[in-house]
Amino acid sequence: MKLKKIKDILEAEIICGSDLLDKEIKTVSAADLMSDVLTFARPDSLLLTGLTNSQVIRTAEMSDLTAICFVRGKKPNKDAVELAMKSEILLFTTKFSMYVSCGKLYKEGIPNSSER
Amino acid sequence: MKEKITKVQELVYELKVGDVMTQGVITVKPDMPMGELREILRTHRISGTPVVNGDKLVGVISIEDFIKWLADGMKDCTISKRMTKKVETLYSDEPVIHVLQKAERFGFGRFPVLERKTQKLVGIITKGDIIEGLLKKLEIDYHEEEIHRYRASHIFGDIVADKTTLVFKYHINGKDFEKGGGVASALKRTLKRLGFHPDIVRRAAIAAFEAEMNVIIYTEGGEMTVRAEPRKIHIKADDSGPGIPDIEKAMQPGFSTAPDWVREMGFGAGMGLNNIKKCSDKMILNSIVGKGTCLEFTINIEDKQ
Repeated sequence: MKLKKIKDILEAEIICGSDLLDKEIKTVSAADLMSDVLTFARPDSLLLTGLTNSQVIRTAEMSDLTAICFVRGKKPNKDAVELAMKSEILLFTTKFSMYVSCGKLYKEGIPNSSER
Repeated sequence: MKEKITKVQELVYELKVGDVMTQGVITVKPDMPMGELREILRTHRISGTPVVNGDKLVGVISIEDFIKWLADGMKDCTISKRMTKKVETLYSDEPVIHVLQKAERFGFGRFPVLERKTQKLVGIITKGDIIEGLLKKLEIDYHEEEIHRYRASHIFGDIVADKTTLVFKYHINGKDFEKGGGVASALKRTLKRLGFHPDIVRRAAIAAFEAEMNVIIYTEGGEMTVRAEPRKIHIKADDSGPGIPDIEKAMQPGFSTAPDWVREMGFGAGMGLNNIKKCSDKMILNSIVGKGTCLEFTINIEDKQ
């Protein structure tokens, strides 16, 4: 699914990386535990998380993730955004909770990252 | 092959008439006697030439016109009497595709090229010019592609030796959580640049990231040494930190001694060492309490990658 569509589904706001909106996402993972992301996340996927520190961006960079969506309207700090821009990772923020965000995307049939 | 055709199609739109035309055209004046034409065509080995009065293109005279003149009895006259006056021309800023379209429509093999602003003759274009121009452009593109590929992955191939090993070292600052991941990030970029397969790069980067975070979280700092070889990547993380009292326990998934501030950052769940093991083909962990820890892991590059 294109990130553009995900943005619509989650009614998300773009923080950076709007030029990546046409990229395809194969899977989605949701976690606040970066160790889990590093273990299970697949390349070309979206991460839903409530954590906003720079390590989230680093984790995404290492795992070749395409985009991160912060739930509950959270926004990362300037350093994290700069890091994301450097690593060409799209950042969104959605007002929905983790549970609702997951539910909305799951309903659309996007596969889970760890079960591919 | 299909791709090449597409590339050429793309180029005939991209290339401009002015890019491929022949400049410094041989021209003749309209008042030149027909009898002198033969010598001009012969010495320059051309089959036709534009007729120019001052700066202005007034016609084209070709070998066909000349033959007709011969057949008609070679009556003394000027070129202006026998030339084709209605000339199809092209502007130098038009794409090459226009030449091909015009050539098909009118059956002409050559077109005088004018500069749009001044209407002055600036060159002549034939199918031969187009073919030559396309080949030149393709050659330039291919050359750039070659340089690009060379930059990306021929570093190992360039080193002539029985065994090649590149070693890079990184310092890891302990407790500097904000900067954490910088080493793994730098390593990832480096491995990419060396042309390793993306899957290999990702495995190495994730394992290095976990190792780096361990050094940051638990120790006062350390060093990461990477040995890259064409067939394997070996990474060693050394620290002078507190050491691990029970390695077996530390290896258990979920076992962690991480303080709360680390857990709040999304780390310290006791999965790191397991993940490093999962990402690598071989992992060795040695530790002496009070002295430090040395973690080594290797990623082998299979033939399929």
